[in-house]
Amino acid sequence: MKIFVLVKQVPDTNEVTIDPVTGTLIREGVPSILNPDDANALEEALALKDKHPGTTVDVVSMGPPQATYMLRECLAMGADGAYLLSSRAFGGADTCATSTTLAAGVKKMGDYDIIFAGRQAIDGDTAQVGPQTAQRLGIPSVSYVQKVREVKDKTVVVERALEDGFEVVEVQKPCVLTAIKELNTPRYMTIKQIEDAYKAEITVWDEKALNVDTKTVGLIASPTQVMKSFTPPPKGAGEMLHGTIPEMAATLVAKLTEKHVL
Amino acid sequence: MIFSEKHELIRKLAREFAENELPNDLLDAIDEGAEYPKELLAKMGKAGFYGIKTPVEYGGQGSDHVSYVIVVEEIARASAVSAVWMSGANSLGGGPLMFSGTEEQLQKYLTPVAKGDKIMAFALTEPGAGSDAGGTTTTAVKDGDHYVLNGRKTFITTAPVADWAIVYAKTDFSDKARGKSRGISAFIVDMKLPGVSCGKAEHKMGIIGCPTSDIILEDVRIHKDDLLGEENRGFQNAMKTLDLGRIGVAATSIGVAQGAFDEAVKYAKERKQFGRRLADFQAISFMIADMATKLQAAKELTYRAAQLKDIGSPEAGTAASMAKYYAAEACNEICAKAVQIHGGYGYIREYKVERMYRDCRVFTIFEGTSQVQQMVIVGNIIGK
Repeated sequence: MKIFVLVKQVPDTNEVTIDPVTGTLIREGVPSILNPDDANALEEALALKDKHPGTTVDVVSMGPPQATYMLRECLAMGADGAYLLSSRAFGGADTCATSTTLAAGVKKMGDYDIIFAGRQAIDGDTAQVGPQTAQRLGIPSVSYVQKVREVKDKTVVVERALEDGFEVVEVQKPCVLTAIKELNTPRYMTIKQIEDAYKAEITVWDEKALNVDTKTVGLIASPTQVMKSFTPPPKGAGEMLHGTIPEMAATLVAKLTEKHVL
Repeated sequence: MIFSEKHELIRKLAREFAENELPNDLLDAIDEGAEYPKELLAKMGKAGFYGIKTPVEYGGQGSDHVSYVIVVEEIARASAVSAVWMSGANSLGGGPLMFSGTEEQLQKYLTPVAKGDKIMAFALTEPGAGSDAGGTTTTAVKDGDHYVLNGRKTFITTAPVADWAIVYAKTDFSDKARGKSRGISAFIVDMKLPGVSCGKAEHKMGIIGCPTSDIILEDVRIHKDDLLGEENRGFQNAMKTLDLGRIGVAATSIGVAQGAFDEAVKYAKERKQFGRRLADFQAISFMIADMATKLQAAKELTYRAAQLKDIGSPEAGTAASMAKYYAAEACNEICAKAVQIHGGYGYIREYKVERMYRDCRVFTIFEGTSQVQQMVIVGNIIGK
């Protein structure tokens, strides 16, 4: 079986702050990490590799040259190969343009049975890139996968998380599955695999290698534009009402009327 | 020292492991006497922590001393006893084999130790031969294809749970070898052999959760295949192993010191007295400045010793002694100040610095006291 995993290097949002004046993320000094949901995606691929001998797992990312650090982390967890799609032409992409680049990368990487992706990246929280990439590849996708039940000859049976439960989906291969954190616990790297990861070659492809039209990728192919980012102001302290129930009800109605809620 | 990206990734692995697998309630339970969990020892093995610089062909990870220091440091930052478990296999357990083992011995003994499947103890110290390892009185007398061992080893880390031990015993009984370091040989002793027994586990001040006891040898017959290295050359093997062990103790020291330092800074920023944070008092803030500076100096000495070892420098031995000496002393000072900054709370078990203060006390003692390190350092400067 051949499995690909879409991964992204993201700033550790636990440590990110937003510049209140410019409304942009302050990325300086913030460590970059493997996107948490993508670690779950990779873990599931590696677990299938453990279960089905002969399976290979390749990771692919679109990002700047320094994303190789995150790709080596994936190799150190047990991925067999790593691909980085990197070029100035790809920069500034929204999900629409990112999926175009990723789909082109996947096509060049060759045949596959399953593509795993994280549900969403913690820097954008869009949850769009996985399904969009499936769309561009013309294959089915199942998002919010909380369990992979069985990989059959031609299909995969998965549990898809819903707000109040889950549904069981049998999906045709090849397909895209997006992982949520409930799917598994990502394994640790090993020291030997870190050593090996730094001896491994990471394949880097730009727009020429992928043979994509530069008008279809990067900033110019991105209809979404971020107007402003801001930290929501904390809510003020609540007010406790006192008195008998009729009194409190009367006060509540008066206050809501005053605020034009009623 | 500025680390390579590879070493940063190794630090990330060790730090994540410590954060996830060494929670406070578990560490408290171990300190109160609970058995160290076997699953945790197995997890460390899976991540490769027992054979960091052991070659891949012998079950190791094929990395280097700098990686070894980083992993020990990050584990010790959370838990000194965990660092002792994992560093032991790398240094005192695996070291003697790596220096003198035959191909057969490496396959048979080093491989399972590096994988964490078996535990190897290092048995040099005796009741009457501590710093003066040359005063070894355990004997090994040749009898056909075997050696017959008699004697008592003391303060042996992991002895009660070990599968094997490297035992150093006198094999040259001539006058010129009497009371000297020459004429000592190293043996690989199966702890299940007839005549091998352990004393009861010592009640220690710290590093609780990794048992230490005597090993008693009564007419133990060891086949000559289990002689490690050449006959009468065991002392050299022990000294090389201790060089390695010293880097491990230095790494444990900087880890524990970092842990205590982190707690002290956190507390100094939280705790208020006289209407101000402790950190706003110059007396406390200068203490923190001293702690930070000494911690950094200890780190640099330790990383340098590891780096010199990696390039095979002849200065590596002295550097290891300097690192062990300085880092162990600095760690004790930093932990003592961390307790001081915590005031009365630092004396209470619920606060991490209380355990760290007890754990670190042995660092200036085991694997060569500070005074022995001074002897080694000055011996290499002006001769013995």
